[in-house]
Amino acid sequence: MSEAIVTGSIGDPEREPKRARVLDDTTKAAIAFAISLVVIVGAWQLYAMSGYASKLLPAPGAVAVNFFEAVRDPFYSHGDNDKGIGIHLLASLGRVAAGFAIATLIAVPLGIFIGLSPVASKAFDPYIQLLRPVSPLAWLPIGLALSKSSAITALFVIAISSLWPILLNTIYGVRAINPVYLNVARTLGTSRWNTLRHIVLPAAAPNIVAGLRIGIGIAWLVIIAAEMLIGGTGIGYFVWNEWNNLSVASIITAIIVIGAVGLVLDRLFGVLHDRVRFGE
Amino acid sequence: MLDRRQFVSAAAAAALGATSREAFAATGKPEKTKLRVGFIPITCATPLIMAKPLGFYAKYGLDVELVKMPSWAALRDKAVAGELDAFHMLSPMPLSISLGTGSAQVPMKLASIENINGQAITLAKKFQGRINGPKDFKGLKLGVPFDFSMHNLLLRYYLAGAGVNPDRDVQIQVIPPPDMVAKLTVGEIDGFLGPDPTNQRAVYNEVGYIHMLSKEIWNNHPCCAFAAQAAFVKENPNTFRLINKAIIDAAHFAHDANHRADIAKTIAVKEYLNQPEEVISAVLTGSFNDGHGGHENVPDRVDFSPYPWHTYSYWIISQLQRWKYIKGSVDYEGLSKEVFLTEVARDLAKEVGFKTPPADFQSVKLMYDTFDPRFAGEYLAKQKRALLSA
Repeated sequence: MSEAIVTGSIGDPEREPKRARVLDDTTKAAIAFAISLVVIVGAWQLYAMSGYASKLLPAPGAVAVNFFEAVRDPFYSHGDNDKGIGIHLLASLGRVAAGFAIATLIAVPLGIFIGLSPVASKAFDPYIQLLRPVSPLAWLPIGLALSKSSAITALFVIAISSLWPILLNTIYGVRAINPVYLNVARTLGTSRWNTLRHIVLPAAAPNIVAGLRIGIGIAWLVIIAAEMLIGGTGIGYFVWNEWNNLSVASIITAIIVIGAVGLVLDRLFGVLHDRVRFGE
Repeated sequence: MLDRRQFVSAAAAAALGATSREAFAATGKPEKTKLRVGFIPITCATPLIMAKPLGFYAKYGLDVELVKMPSWAALRDKAVAGELDAFHMLSPMPLSISLGTGSAQVPMKLASIENINGQAITLAKKFQGRINGPKDFKGLKLGVPFDFSMHNLLLRYYLAGAGVNPDRDVQIQVIPPPDMVAKLTVGEIDGFLGPDPTNQRAVYNEVGYIHMLSKEIWNNHPCCAFAAQAAFVKENPNTFRLINKAIIDAAHFAHDANHRADIAKTIAVKEYLNQPEEVISAVLTGSFNDGHGGHENVPDRVDFSPYPWHTYSYWIISQLQRWKYIKGSVDYEGLSKEVFLTEVARDLAKEVGFKTPPADFQSVKLMYDTFDPRFAGEYLAKQKRALLSA
């Protein structure tokens, strides 16, 4: 907005700047978004009508109808296996919250410990390097074998998948603390606990929150896949149940809902990230 | 091992209460009344599902939650972990899990058969008129729902009997039932021997046609079963007897052709199978379009007969050996008696007022041969020789 004013003033200092003529970036982006959406939906509609698409692909209109039906009554329950999308969504969010909390409670303290201790860093490195790239779903059978319960398995898979970015970012955040802060604290005779609480944690917080933000994204990604395999309730189960009826329209509805929730989760941690800036 | 004492006391109790139709007359009070039972959303699960809306579970004092499972592998994992109380299973599964082939070894009990028949070979539309018999299957990619399924064993029997080696001449893949129609639609597989309603759904979606019903391979073959961990049966003998009784009762209800249209309406909903009602109705009434222009009337396309003949387990074991899912020798009699609760099923059927055969065995006629369980070893040897010479 300010840019538009500035340009206008420089170009013609005599006149009033014509703000109405020059669009600001947000408006431009909104127009570009609207045009691209029309193009994508139009292409989809044409492809669905063309006969080249498989019979599984619904037209956009069918998806819109399906979406509004699902969203209009999201909390209905017609028995154990027929519930509204809102109930499934809450079940998934509950699971993600629990699994993610477990991951955070393990990864942050462990990350601080490893970040502060060069010996621990070397000792734990092989585990981190070996386990970090493992696909989340490879943990499913291990979880089931360990716990004999698919509810716990789901939490286990979320926790172990979202653990790594939190851990690595915490380690990095602790290592990146300006040594001057720690030296000053030591010179002043600050206790270990107070150093941790007033210097290490706040100084590493921006990086830790960045790790949490990546972690919650992974947790949300993983829960859908895990629920599809395990069954029960949850948005992943909803997707599977609709797939069972080959209802791709319902699956696209679910994708929109899943994406929107993922966006909200990401924004929440974005807001948190803005609040924990330290020493800048 | 069959728990003799438990069996005897149960049989004695059954004899005492045989004339009464009171809920707990033959059995004591259930040890556990809230049960969770896993099922796969296919028409085979009809008795297990229908026992709920019919109020049969409630009649025997049970509160049963039906838990829909996404695949046989996921259901097997729950069975091995003991996470649910009882299960809708493919009839070879209690045997394979008891042996520990394809999973951890956990002793299982097969309480009753859910359905007989009820499967079909479905092929992609493009094969219409081009495939006339098993010999034409060479080179095809085919789906079956699970390794330890009658579907897999019947498909292999059908092919091998015509000299087509199912391990060499075709590609058989394990595909969960809902994925079968999708994969057929996009051309990833050429066909499948699947459970219903999968076959009829392929016809409904106009992507496949029914090549043949599985009853043409073996009329009245077993398909799915009701099973639980032996440990659960031992700890909850009364509960297990009552739920088994409710399901046997429902199987007899579903056997009646007059009930089929209503059953289709009841189980087609999202809560259970989540399929178009006309698809389920076509399967259950046996009045269906075959996908290549014909309309057929086969009332026993699927039927419901809970009696677990030992013939079934003998045949299944012989075929699991034939295709090397089981390596080494198996005690046919010991394993069958341990896993198949045939005598209990007979008593329960009597209690709910139905006739059952007095024998555990009978010879059965299949497409290519006759299976006499007394000579299962010779049967297997002959099949192996035939395939080698083919």
